[in-house]
Amino acid sequence: MASAKPRVKVPKSAAAGEVITIKTLISHKMESGQRKDKDGNVIPRSIINKFTCEFNGQPVFTCDLEPAISANPFFEFSAKVTESGTFKFTWNDDDGSVYETSADIKVE
Amino acid sequence: MKKWTYAAAAIAIGGVVAAGAAAVSAEDKPMLTIDGETFTTHVKVPDDHPLAPEVISGWEYRTRETQALELDDFQNPAFLAVEQGEELWSAVDGSEGKSCESCHGDAAESMKGVRANMPRWNEAANKPWTLEEHINSCRKDRMGAEPWKWESSEMLGMTAYVGLQSRGMPMTVQTDGPMASWIEKGKELYYTRVGQLDMACANCHVDNYGKYIRADLLSQGNINGFPTYRLKWQGVGSLHRRFKGCMDQVRAKPYKRGSDEFVALEAYLASRGAGLSVETPAVRN
Repeated sequence: MASAKPRVKVPKSAAAGEVITIKTLISHKMESGQRKDKDGNVIPRSIINKFTCEFNGQPVFTCDLEPAISANPFFEFSAKVTESGTFKFTWNDDDGSVYETSADIKVE
Repeated sequence: MKKWTYAAAAIAIGGVVAAGAAAVSAEDKPMLTIDGETFTTHVKVPDDHPLAPEVISGWEYRTRETQALELDDFQNPAFLAVEQGEELWSAVDGSEGKSCESCHGDAAESMKGVRANMPRWNEAANKPWTLEEHINSCRKDRMGAEPWKWESSEMLGMTAYVGLQSRGMPMTVQTDGPMASWIEKGKELYYTRVGQLDMACANCHVDNYGKYIRADLLSQGNINGFPTYRLKWQGVGSLHRRFKGCMDQVRAKPYKRGSDEFVALEAYLASRGAGLSVETPAVRN
């Protein structure tokens, strides 16, 4: 699913020590592997199996995704920022693809 | 807040029951406000209107969790389609070397209000055109490009993107002149029983809205949110896909997307729901 498109929402700036809310959404069909097509053949599983968020190389949030998660998975989580830097987001697809995006934040 | 849901579900096993009606106007429901703009989800109508006393947006019939998705454009998964539509808007295609933007410029200006009065009478075709037909006519005749399939991701992206430019505006379809007979035809279809279950649209959406049909809360079947992200579909779908789904459920042979019958139905429903805010792209379940 090469067309997977990530969207992230991170505030552009924050005060030092502030807890910010991060939202992410990625387009993905999240095919569970449990369904059958019209001819009775199992539709192979194709999901995003892992999501990670790093800040300046340090892990912030990681989670494994399971087949029961709906299409276009959405995550919302918070993080405390003490310095300016870059959030890096990574989604790992079953087919080996890795979707990446990043967002900068300035701490004032 | 889920109390009424469970209470109603528990006694809904026998079929359609009167339980949810009060839930719709319950005070603890949030208002539909997106980016500070409040939408009209209730319209008072005179007694001779089939939905008297109020036309109510399908938004009011959804759970809080589903509503929350529509309240925040970032969370609303339909915006993935909107983004695709936005890219296609300026993408050159076809033999004439044109994009939508070449003629129509900034969609936020030129497409404002377009969705609100669909379907619109087309003199040359001598019939009302839906948004899809307008788009494909442009692609074919002006761009020299292949028309998009009704339910293709390109078409859904474009209708969502164009529709978004009218979000918040009241639905105002033309009801006089040549449109009158189409709306009449649509009304006739709406009240005609079809299929093995021998049901008309109206049996659910006029006679029983606000009640449960097994686990589903029936809405009035208004169309102000289409194309809409439907959780069941795990994606965005057109209004005519929804029509088809209902016809399948009453075990009738559905009309084709874009058929005169569905266009007439769309025209009737647009006129019946006049005044509701366009919510394109909405989130439903």
